[in-house]
Amino acid sequence: MMLDAKIPAGKLAEKWDNYKEHAKLVNPANRKKLDIIVVGTGLAGASCAASLAEQGYSVKSFCFQDTARRAHSVAAQGGVNAAKNYKNDGDNVYRMFYDTIKGGDFRSREANVYRLAECSAELIDQAVAQGVPFAREYGGYLNNRSFGGVQVSRTFYARGQTGQQLLLGAYQALMRQESLGKVKTYTRHEMLELVVIDGKAKGIITRDLVSGQIERHAANAVVLATGGYGKVYYLSTLAMGCNSSAIWRAHKKGAFMSGVSWIQFHPTCLPQSGEHQSKLTLMSESLRNDGRIWVPKKPGDERVPKDIPEEERDYYLERRYPAFGNLSPRDISSRAAKERIDAGCGVGPMKNAVCLDFSKAIKEQGKDKIKEKYSNLFSMYEKINGINAYEQPMLISPAAHFTMGGLWVDYQLMTTIPGLFALGEANFADHGANRLGANSLLQACVDGYFIAPYTIPNYLADEIKADKITTDHPAFAAAENEVKAQLEQFLKIGGHLSADHYHKMLGKLLYDKCGLSRSKKSLEEAIEEIKQLRASFYKDLKITGDDKVNSELEKAGRVADYLELGELMCYDALTREESCGAHFREEYQTADGEAVRNDKDFCFVSAWEWKGKDITQELHKEPLVFENVELTVRSYK
Amino acid sequence: MKLNLKIWRQDSFEAKGAMVNYPLDDVSEHMSFLEMMDLLNETLVQKGERVIEFDHDCREGICGQCGMMINGRAHGPLANTTTCQLHMRSFKDGDTIYIEPFRATAFPIIRDLKVDRKGFDHIIQAGGFITVSTGQPPEADSILISHKTAEAAFDAAACIGCGACVATCKNSSAALFTSAKISHLALLPQGKLEAADRVINMVDQMDAEGFGHCSNTEACEVECPQAISVLHIARMNYEYNKALLLK
Amino acid sequence: MKTTTLQHKLWMSATGLFLCFFLVIHLLGNLQLFLPAAEAREKFSWYSHLLAGNIIIEIIAYVLYASIITHTVHAILITSKNTEANGSKYEYDKRGEASVWYSRNMGLLGTIIFLFLIIHFKDFWYQYKFTNLPLDAKGNKDLYTIVVKAYQQLWYVLIYEVALIALGFHLLHGFYSAARTLGLFHPKYVKWVKVLGWVYTTVVTLGFMAMPVYIYLNSLS
Repeated sequence: MMLDAKIPAGKLAEKWDNYKEHAKLVNPANRKKLDIIVVGTGLAGASCAASLAEQGYSVKSFCFQDTARRAHSVAAQGGVNAAKNYKNDGDNVYRMFYDTIKGGDFRSREANVYRLAECSAELIDQAVAQGVPFAREYGGYLNNRSFGGVQVSRTFYARGQTGQQLLLGAYQALMRQESLGKVKTYTRHEMLELVVIDGKAKGIITRDLVSGQIERHAANAVVLATGGYGKVYYLSTLAMGCNSSAIWRAHKKGAFMSGVSWIQFHPTCLPQSGEHQSKLTLMSESLRNDGRIWVPKKPGDERVPKDIPEEERDYYLERRYPAFGNLSPRDISSRAAKERIDAGCGVGPMKNAVCLDFSKAIKEQGKDKIKEKYSNLFSMYEKINGINAYEQPMLISPAAHFTMGGLWVDYQLMTTIPGLFALGEANFADHGANRLGANSLLQACVDGYFIAPYTIPNYLADEIKADKITTDHPAFAAAENEVKAQLEQFLKIGGHLSADHYHKMLGKLLYDKCGLSRSKKSLEEAIEEIKQLRASFYKDLKITGDDKVNSELEKAGRVADYLELGELMCYDALTREESCGAHFREEYQTADGEAVRNDKDFCFVSAWEWKGKDITQELHKEPLVFENVELTVRSYK
Repeated sequence: MKLNLKIWRQDSFEAKGAMVNYPLDDVSEHMSFLEMMDLLNETLVQKGERVIEFDHDCREGICGQCGMMINGRAHGPLANTTTCQLHMRSFKDGDTIYIEPFRATAFPIIRDLKVDRKGFDHIIQAGGFITVSTGQPPEADSILISHKTAEAAFDAAACIGCGACVATCKNSSAALFTSAKISHLALLPQGKLEAADRVINMVDQMDAEGFGHCSNTEACEVECPQAISVLHIARMNYEYNKALLLK
Repeated sequence: MKTTTLQHKLWMSATGLFLCFFLVIHLLGNLQLFLPAAEAREKFSWYSHLLAGNIIIEIIAYVLYASIITHTVHAILITSKNTEANGSKYEYDKRGEASVWYSRNMGLLGTIIFLFLIIHFKDFWYQYKFTNLPLDAKGNKDLYTIVVKAYQQLWYVLIYEVALIALGFHLLHGFYSAARTLGLFHPKYVKWVKVLGWVYTTVVTLGFMAMPVYIYLNSLS
């Protein structure tokens, strides 16, 4: 199958305008006759649902949380990028485009990335109009800060809670549409199957997580904005409920998955402290503006970090990457940390962390200034660890964070199933092999506010004439039966191990063998072990409780999907015989440990097609064409 | 450490609930409270019993989904802390811990410790937004907002909607939640135009949902994970009175 | 627009603040009890007469009765709504650790004050208004003697002291709570009102509390 990204013709800077000028429209009177399902209420989902409802479509919005405001976009701390050039430091759309393409290690589409940069300024306008309280200068103008991987200040922020504030803006827009009757929200509902009729996405099957009811919902288009699958590692910065089920089940119905092994490990997270741990909390990357990262020079140094004298500290990022120093991109910072930890220089009780030190910044700027910038992060650190980071260095460590991979989408964010769109982290589109800080909020918002509202109507314009599908269609009955059969199976297995047990096992395995660095050997082992784990899962799983409110049953479905997705991750990593961005193959590195990319053979996006249970999936390739940038070795030295 | 847990079990909204005893061993002081609950649930699975249902998601204090009454306090003994941020080092070996759902008529129990907080969504739907559609908003810097105003608006906007304010209030009042949104939007120039309608509609909705009156005990501010000031309640009252007189 | 919680609260605060104001007038008048006995008798009874005979005072008196009733009625309405909002009770309840006890017990304190008012009205107001009291030298009803006689009994003084302590805590929370309900939100003024509330409460409560004690102690010597 040839993958057509449907990139509009014209110069890079004119492509999106060209698209908008020629996109098909739907007559306002016809819009309310068209139903759209939006799964997920994070930034991408809520903004898309609200924007489509404003246009007059009837929208159904689904989320598994108890209200739309809880989606994990809420946890993004640092900020959102926009090429406003308010600081007059040489920023512009092209530079932002270039930073993002380079940050992604030249593994994303030029046109998509350019559009992302182009729409960024407008997003800030939109958010301010909604009442998002971004940080301001004393004169009343918007303030910025800088983030990893760039040399300009283009990050807008609302203290350390930017994601929350943007999400509340989108949530409020969604609630406004609900009060107007244009959106119906279904909270505590989980999508368990996609319904495809005549090759087009026509609805979903959901489970009401309170009553246990399996429900059918039909629509003219389905939007998946269900976030990333980083929770496949169990220990991650993601929320406990984050899952891949929606995109994975769509994948099994024919939507291709791309860049599956491109997973970002965030360098500034709290280290694991024991076996019981369920979550690795993220500390905003913005901390790296003022914090300096170091480890003891001597391996196995048992002293408390603050007792280690200056000359015995190794500021390894400043040493290895003098140009970007502590603000090096995430993949590079994480890998450098892992390199030091593996060398035995880690600190903390499990020797699995590095120091993030504010003593210099406090000395230079005063404690009050640091407090003003990061007080909520420092107090969060103290709440979790009981340690005052104004007095001693924070201990941080890389953790699974963001999935650049996801459902393959074309320029219109439509998957390989017509009528099925994927937005935000759920798609693979804009970040290539590594995402720059403060670009994920941006991508989610831009997809939902500015792209989908053009591209979905363009698809729907041709759907008016099609026959209206109702939930009585046999395809709905079939999908519902599949879902019911799976749930009954989980309840019946009657083994002795919990879903969490499998999730933890899978996570550990992936951390070791398909984590910050991978090798052919480790990946091949992982594939075998995952297969065994999956077999054991269907034999030894134990789910207690009934078919109503049952969090164990919910977890079982998610873990079942992870056990398949994890395997695909390994295949994706195995077939990509190069190191690029977050994907670091040990076989492909320079003598001093830098990644070696192979543009001759691997300048493509992988797109995997589901072939059936226990059958190796088929790899398709979408070649990446660069007309505007030159592929260079990504250097931050 | 060893703990003696007394946990509220209730099958459904209609069913009758009761406190049930669960002894639990091998709890580490590094565990978060919810990880301790995970451990308990793991032992229940092993015993073939239905696990204890509780709401949780981000486990970093920002999503607002978790929330229980722990030893009679909303989100446990610490001030301004969510349940997920509470760690077992706040307890001692041999402690008895009472765990109950957030209780209020407007927060019906779904199962065990899960409650339904839809009332909050309805309050926001009544007017907790600025009426602006996606499209062509004005240039962001054309609306100047002083540093102080932006910070004050943020203080109110930081609410995570967890419901601890209602749970800890002797009157089960949602005044802090409602006022935080009213205050956030009334402070900003973009939100001022609709301020009068917003406050009337949101206060009406707050009543319709069955929340009680605010009698200014200020317990909500103590338990609020974001330490949202009770002065926002006063500002809500101000906006309300102004709307009453001038509208 | 519906009659909302906030409107009930507005009635509570308006009537409450009026009652606070009345207490000041009442206290100022009653300060005459501290004068030497002969002078006090004359002035106190004259003042009581003045209050009873003045049309403006008469009107204020009716506002006073109305305020007490309105304050009480809305308190009952609010309490019943709050009880309804509470739903099922906590099995183990330590919510009190997050607030001061008197702010949570305004209803209880109010009830004590209300019961006290019944005694107070019956013994002084009713007697003065509706019974034939002996007249003093100037022909005014001799309320002073009644008051002095009453406060010579220890148990009676104790009832007063207890009720006045209840009043004190009720005022302490009520005064600034009323300011909040009226919408005073500026942190600077909020602080001032809190200080003012403390000063007001202390002066009024201690002032009233001193009277029965003073008379009782005088009667002993």
